[in-house]
Amino acid sequence: MAVVNIDKLSKSVVKGPSLMTGSNPRKPWMEVPAVFKPGNFAYPAKVDIVKYLDSQSGLSFPNAREWSPLDEDWKLPENWKEIILNGLKERLEKFRSLKIFMDCCVRCGACADKCHFFLGTGDPKNMPVLRAELLRSIYRNDFTLAGKLFGKMAGGRELTIDVIKEWFMYAYQCTECRRCSVFCPYGIDTAEVTIILRELLHLVGIGINWILEPVSNSNRTGNHMGLQPHTYKDNTEFLVDDIESLTGVKVNPTFNRKGAEILFITPSADVFAEPGLYTAMGYLILFDAIGLDYTWSTYASEGGNFGLFTSNEAMKKLNAKMYAEAKRLGVKYILGGECGHMWRVLHQYMNTMNGPADFLEVPKSPITGTVFDNAASTRMIHITEFTADLIKNNKLNIDKSRNDYVRATWHDSCNPARAMGLLEEPRYVLDHVVNNWVEMPENCIREKTYCCGSGTGLNTDEIMELRMRAGLPRANSVKYVHDRHDVNHLACVCAIDRATLTSLMDYWVPEVKVCGLSELVANSLVLEGENRQDLSEEGLRTMV
Amino acid sequence: MKYTFPLAAVIALVLIAWIGSSIPGMQYFFGVAIPYLAIVTFVGGFCYRVIQWAKSPVPFKIPTTCGQEKSLDWIKYDKLEAPANNAQVVARMFLEICLFRSLWRNTKAEAHDGPKLTYESSKWLWLFGILFHYSFLVIVLRHMRLFLDPVPGLIQVIEYGDSILQIGAPTMYLTNVTILVGLILLFTRRLSNRQVRYISLANDYFPLFLIFGIVVTGILMRFFLRTDIDIVSIKRLAVGLVTLQPAISADIGSIFYIHLFLVSTLLVYFPFSKLMHMGGVFLSPTRAMANDTRTKRHINPWNPDIKPHSYAGYEDDFREYMVENGIPVEKELPPKADD
Repeated sequence: MAVVNIDKLSKSVVKGPSLMTGSNPRKPWMEVPAVFKPGNFAYPAKVDIVKYLDSQSGLSFPNAREWSPLDEDWKLPENWKEIILNGLKERLEKFRSLKIFMDCCVRCGACADKCHFFLGTGDPKNMPVLRAELLRSIYRNDFTLAGKLFGKMAGGRELTIDVIKEWFMYAYQCTECRRCSVFCPYGIDTAEVTIILRELLHLVGIGINWILEPVSNSNRTGNHMGLQPHTYKDNTEFLVDDIESLTGVKVNPTFNRKGAEILFITPSADVFAEPGLYTAMGYLILFDAIGLDYTWSTYASEGGNFGLFTSNEAMKKLNAKMYAEAKRLGVKYILGGECGHMWRVLHQYMNTMNGPADFLEVPKSPITGTVFDNAASTRMIHITEFTADLIKNNKLNIDKSRNDYVRATWHDSCNPARAMGLLEEPRYVLDHVVNNWVEMPENCIREKTYCCGSGTGLNTDEIMELRMRAGLPRANSVKYVHDRHDVNHLACVCAIDRATLTSLMDYWVPEVKVCGLSELVANSLVLEGENRQDLSEEGLRTMV
Repeated sequence: MKYTFPLAAVIALVLIAWIGSSIPGMQYFFGVAIPYLAIVTFVGGFCYRVIQWAKSPVPFKIPTTCGQEKSLDWIKYDKLEAPANNAQVVARMFLEICLFRSLWRNTKAEAHDGPKLTYESSKWLWLFGILFHYSFLVIVLRHMRLFLDPVPGLIQVIEYGDSILQIGAPTMYLTNVTILVGLILLFTRRLSNRQVRYISLANDYFPLFLIFGIVVTGILMRFFLRTDIDIVSIKRLAVGLVTLQPAISADIGSIFYIHLFLVSTLLVYFPFSKLMHMGGVFLSPTRAMANDTRTKRHINPWNPDIKPHSYAGYEDDFREYMVENGIPVEKELPPKADD
């Protein structure tokens, strides 16, 4: 899908008639149907993938079929309405969050202009409050006394096929980034609403390929990219060769090794494509430099979890591999790489879903002796916590000037920021490995950080214009520091970011490159026995 | 329709009470039966709703962290915005409920040529909200004077504070003004902010109009239609209601019944409307939970029994490649047939 011209899009987001730019929609939102056209929706999941997932124990993906959002008839099962309403009833009984969030909204509008999708598209239904109202109106109509008595007067509406279509459109224009929930006086979290909407849509066989294919890959091959064990190992070994030619040091990663002290798990994207590859090189260099006794796994070779974007069952099934593999290999604990939504799952869900991990030990850094009490139960720590501790204890031989080609700014990824609170560790690390870095404006960082615009499995090319619009708030704050401070690197701890921010920067701020934190750490390390090439221009990205 | 229907409904309620209460014999209905019905519905409905919420479990611990988590000892963490234990959660909730902390963060975004997005602090909603809610609270507490005999010292202090300006006779209460201002500003904001106007429903305007009606009838009664009002009779009725010995006397004017009827409507409406945010805010899983999921295991009562695709199954799929590439396996390859 060709992306719209940047001048045209720049004008459109400011002047195009939208609720964001000063024009008032003529019709009440309930009377505006979702209109699909090429470029504004992600492709439906392929039939064989849905069927494969449906065949897996513990998962249910019924009603696999060929269908297109462009068609009038979405070929829903005959009793689709009953399925959806029963599904909603079941989820109301299972999730207090859903009930509270359905009942408590007063439509104060505090969330309205906090969503990057709304800021970039101006579409009223991208205001978090309206996204929730898409579901709330059905909830009111069928599950509340007021709605049953007064119907439309009480904000209810009947569930129709048009509502399903609208859900599909807007449940996939939300990246579950939780920025709105920071501003909501009741903490209403649109991520919860989107999660439920997507679960309901899966009940009638509506899902997108860009999410379900990685879920299916991850289930079978161990990772989203579908890398089979030998390929995974090969890819990593290419990086080993690159490291050797850059630094003269040969690192020796091991795979599926029993008896290692630590199991290391990172998103497979890190060993798959640029610029994630450089972050993976970063891990390899760092672990070698400190002599860490660790192993990679090809079975649990995915840190990320597209199950989070699918259903709580799929999330649990994919996540379960981590503990299973840690147990099989007999490691002491797990160390997790840089990834955003991965850490939402690990921090807020893993222990509940697949714990207790009593076969593991409370993580203790073998280098510094620090015990990570904050992971006393989950027994999995974040690479940035681990690295910050190394630096604090002076265990790394760092030459900051090696990163002098970098003028960085820091992107807080949504989930580590708002579903974990990992804010200071990366800043501490950045302070110690980079001489020049600046913060973006205060309303765009930390808990108020903006999403890359392509999270939750929306990083697919067929919706590129939508992604560039949704990413505008992030890109705009990067542009701000680029213009003022000549920033040329956007650093982050998220694999999806590394891929999607790269497209976003190429479009809005092409002078800025995207890098992982571990890439910068490793590039600043003075290694024992090194024979370093001249890497002063591009660090680990130098072609030799 | 969004505005007119709720407005018409409130006017209809006023007329019902006005006409109804002037029919001989109906005073008992409006002064005793309706208030009792309203109280029972309010208390019963409120409890029912809270119990309904509580019946659904909280499967996952999902606090929204708005600050640094507790991690390494030497990193200062944000006890209020990423609470690590329940005491800190209580502090966070106290600020949320009593000071509307999240609304304090509010910003207004604008798109300018470039494109350039700007965000500026916007505390109006916070201010209007505080003005309205605290005025309402003081008024409710002040009214306890009518139901309690003797009047507790605290209520007297509140009343004294509220009339501290000593303007007019009878003395004007500060909250008479602030709640009206709060209501008018909230209503104006709902109409003038394009985004909020678009999302507003009839059920957002109705409570505004209803409470406006209550406030106006209250003010009319106190300052302008006093001749109709015998405060001693009203106190007797109120105390009677509380002590379950209601007594109606004929010398209470219609304006009182209108006021009382609107209040009763609000009580009945409350549990079945968005006004339940008053109860719900205490239970919101993104605010009322500690960010301690890696230190303590949170239990999901319906945690489904789902196993991962097994390692054995994985190795079966890829054993040959694994062996060829020197990746350790649990089960070696079978000897080849022709060996």
